[in-house]
Amino acid sequence: MGILISLVKKEAIHIVRDRRTMMITLIMPLVLLLLFGFAISTEVNNIRVVAVVERHNDATRDIIQRLTVNEYFSFRGLADAQDVESLLRCGEIEAALLLRCDGGDLASQIIVDASNPTVGQSAAAYIRSVLAETGNGNEPVVTRTLYNPRMKSSYNFVPGIMGMIFILICAIMTSVSIVREKETGTMDLLLVSPVRPVYIIFGKLIPYFVLSCIILVIILIMTYTVLELPLSVTVVSVVAVSLLYIVLSLSIGLLVSSVVDTQISALIVSAVLFMTPVIMLSGMIFPIENMPEILQGISCVIPARWYISAMRTLMIQQLDFIYVVKEVAILSAMTLVLFAVQLKGFNSKK
Amino acid sequence: MTNDNLAISVRDLTKKFGSFTAVDHISFDVRKGEIYGFLGANGAGKTTAMRMLCGLSYPTSGTGSVAGFDITSEGETIKRHIGYMSQKFSLYGTLTVAQNLRLFATIYGMDNVAVKASMARAMHRFDMDGMADKPVNDIPVGWRQKLAFAAATIHNPEIVFLDEPTGGVDPVTRRKFWEFIYEASSEGMTVFVTTHYLDEAEYCNRVSIMVDGHIAALDTPDALKKKYHVPTMDEVFRIVAKDAKRAE
Amino acid sequence: MNLRVLGALLRKEVNMMKRNPLIPRIILGLPFVVLLVIPLVASFDVKDVGVTVVDNDRSQLSRRIIADMDATAELHVASVSSSFAESMEMIEEGEADVVLSIPPHFSRDLSELDVEANGVNAIKGTLGMQYVVASISNTLTRWRVENGLMIPDNVTSVVDRYNPTLSYRNYMIPALMVFLIIMICGFLPALNLVSEKESGTIEAMNVTPVSRITFVLSKLIPFWIVGLVVVTIGILVGRVVYGLVPLGSPGAIYLAAVLLSLVMSGLGVAIANKSATMLQSIFVLFAVIMIFQLMGGLFTPVGSMPQWAQYVTYAIPPRYFNEIMRAVYLKGATISELRMQYLCLTFFAFVALATAALTYRKRA
Repeated sequence: MGILISLVKKEAIHIVRDRRTMMITLIMPLVLLLLFGFAISTEVNNIRVVAVVERHNDATRDIIQRLTVNEYFSFRGLADAQDVESLLRCGEIEAALLLRCDGGDLASQIIVDASNPTVGQSAAAYIRSVLAETGNGNEPVVTRTLYNPRMKSSYNFVPGIMGMIFILICAIMTSVSIVREKETGTMDLLLVSPVRPVYIIFGKLIPYFVLSCIILVIILIMTYTVLELPLSVTVVSVVAVSLLYIVLSLSIGLLVSSVVDTQISALIVSAVLFMTPVIMLSGMIFPIENMPEILQGISCVIPARWYISAMRTLMIQQLDFIYVVKEVAILSAMTLVLFAVQLKGFNSKK
Repeated sequence: MTNDNLAISVRDLTKKFGSFTAVDHISFDVRKGEIYGFLGANGAGKTTAMRMLCGLSYPTSGTGSVAGFDITSEGETIKRHIGYMSQKFSLYGTLTVAQNLRLFATIYGMDNVAVKASMARAMHRFDMDGMADKPVNDIPVGWRQKLAFAAATIHNPEIVFLDEPTGGVDPVTRRKFWEFIYEASSEGMTVFVTTHYLDEAEYCNRVSIMVDGHIAALDTPDALKKKYHVPTMDEVFRIVAKDAKRAE
Repeated sequence: MNLRVLGALLRKEVNMMKRNPLIPRIILGLPFVVLLVIPLVASFDVKDVGVTVVDNDRSQLSRRIIADMDATAELHVASVSSSFAESMEMIEEGEADVVLSIPPHFSRDLSELDVEANGVNAIKGTLGMQYVVASISNTLTRWRVENGLMIPDNVTSVVDRYNPTLSYRNYMIPALMVFLIIMICGFLPALNLVSEKESGTIEAMNVTPVSRITFVLSKLIPFWIVGLVVVTIGILVGRVVYGLVPLGSPGAIYLAAVLLSLVMSGLGVAIANKSATMLQSIFVLFAVIMIFQLMGGLFTPVGSMPQWAQYVTYAIPPRYFNEIMRAVYLKGATISELRMQYLCLTFFAFVALATAALTYRKRA
């Protein structure tokens, strides 16, 4: 046990010495959470719109008035018909509303910049609803959102960020630190010593596990305070599943370190094989159900997919642990398999 | 204190890293054409002192000139007149022997004709004909050492700095390497060499021994042996360095 | 600056890249993989929204609303139940995304309908809700007209410019080239410089008379070419695989690509200059690149950000490149129309070059 403690101490000193890397690992989750929480959003608002009116009358003035006050729009005034094209092309506006009076009837046309289809479609829909308020077609429909009443897309991203950060810290940092010892030869020094291999592995893993736990605490505090996600008893399950995921990420780091020999390869392998799939295929940003079948299949072997799905159920839907049993079972199985392979490999190397 | 016969002249040169004084007020002169041995245990401050002379590091205080130029203000000019070979034989491992030599020749401002001529001369002198197209990573360490020396002297510098040039090679190769050093010196090149192989110190015209950032002894090998009444440089070194406080 | 020396250093960089087993593969392979896989993945197209209906009316009108909804391309009715609890069960199990509650006697009173969307996936929730509301209002309008409750209105036409098929891929492909240049031209120069530091060859350079700016340029220029290669592969894959041809001039795209690769490689070199270890340089770069990607408007629109965040994006170089790419690619904009973006990008390129040169120290 004394050996293990001294190994852990050695590694901890190593981590804390590299101030800059430490700062980044602690600050990056905060910055990402704040960016996703307050800056980045997939909601469509602030649609910049101009109106082109051939001849004003009460109806057109009424519509323009409503465009100006509508919170979804940022009304950019009236424009000439021939300018609309260049305004759209330069990205000065997202939509233009053309109004013309044919006798008593009001004819209207909406031109949207559909290069981003989501923005284009939403802009058209919002303008239509502004136009519809004048007519007699006011629909008696009341809409409401379950679980995420303000439709904050940031809630969605929180599990994704957690999924990514833990892979980054556990997988990349551990693998690089082990490979660095391989490169400098200090790993051989440990391996020829009478220390049991299990101790060497745990001596490496424990400090990164502790670092990850600190980050988990920071993220959770941020989420429940600054991002105002409702706090409930499910937080216990959140912590439990996160710990499982951290252990899994550590074993991925071990796996990487056992197959590569240089720090550069460790970085590239972790980045290409683990980071990119986590960002792209885990459902963090892009919905899994929109992917082609093959990629959906591939996404099943990505641990982050299951972790993120479990986190969404627990944190956002605030459902009980039983709803994530499947995810937890898959994550546990992955962890056990990886660890078994690792320990066996490491022992035989000795 | 500039003298036309001096290649290097240093007065009270000092380098501090925080509160640690790596090089502490050292003064010495190196004459043109001399082979000057710069001895000292690991950590005595040899490499730090040498880096200041080569314009890789600024002195904290003190003055010095190399090839007639001031080491503090004319570092970049000095670089045109010196060659440097690091203890790691740092060459581009994925490039071939010829590519490495051509690169360094061009960097020192030679035109195509001069590059070709100096490359041919180097390949011949160092017996590397036939190795030209091999990547440096694939050649044995003894060859890499020769190549590093060839690259450091390709532009015929006034002074060449060799930092532990014989580390990690076998005794026969070391001997041969010293023959190259003599050859360069006989052509008028000043050689400034750090080493911790004490037998090599015998090959130098003059040596200085650094202990804990100071120069503890400086003279010809014979004079030093006479002064301390011992038959070898090895024993001279042991007597001079016995009070060293900095561990390896 | 000596052009012969620069030439020799560039030749060295190119020879080293060729010898490295990974670098050519990354430069040529990554664009293919990213452009072939990500457009399939990166889609916010919302389709197949499941609707569960609590029909307490059970009238002709309510059945018509349900049938119309099921016939809408984006929607399918997952279940029709008689209790809200039953429908909520569907939502919790992920079988449906939107609950529509039709109150008793709706067809008689035309009272309020409740539409509740699952907000866990905000995009699907919002758009799903919009589709449901649109479908209901279509049905109700037709029903009213048929029953003489309303005079048919003038229909508003919508023109979808620049992307008439509303394909998310067309929107993503130019952005993916931004993504690739950020990644490749940011990471590779940094790794290159750090490995020169670790192998000690940078020392061998520092002791020669090579000037700072020459050495730094020799690190940056290869990545202009890499940037051009990446964009060329992007344009080719876009054309062959997705049939997307840039409307604007390729020259405008290449000019912007060169500027952005200069910005990114300058930044990569500057960070490597300041880093002690490889891990450190990669972590700093990773943080910067994350922020660039997220704030640059690649995946989410800059217009959706709050005002303060939009101001921040003016300091994010990929923002300009992204705007240029999308405007040139999809809208056929010209360099003169986008001169502000080009000017800003040029400004950042100079800043990056200066930072890279100034942070590179030949002497400690």
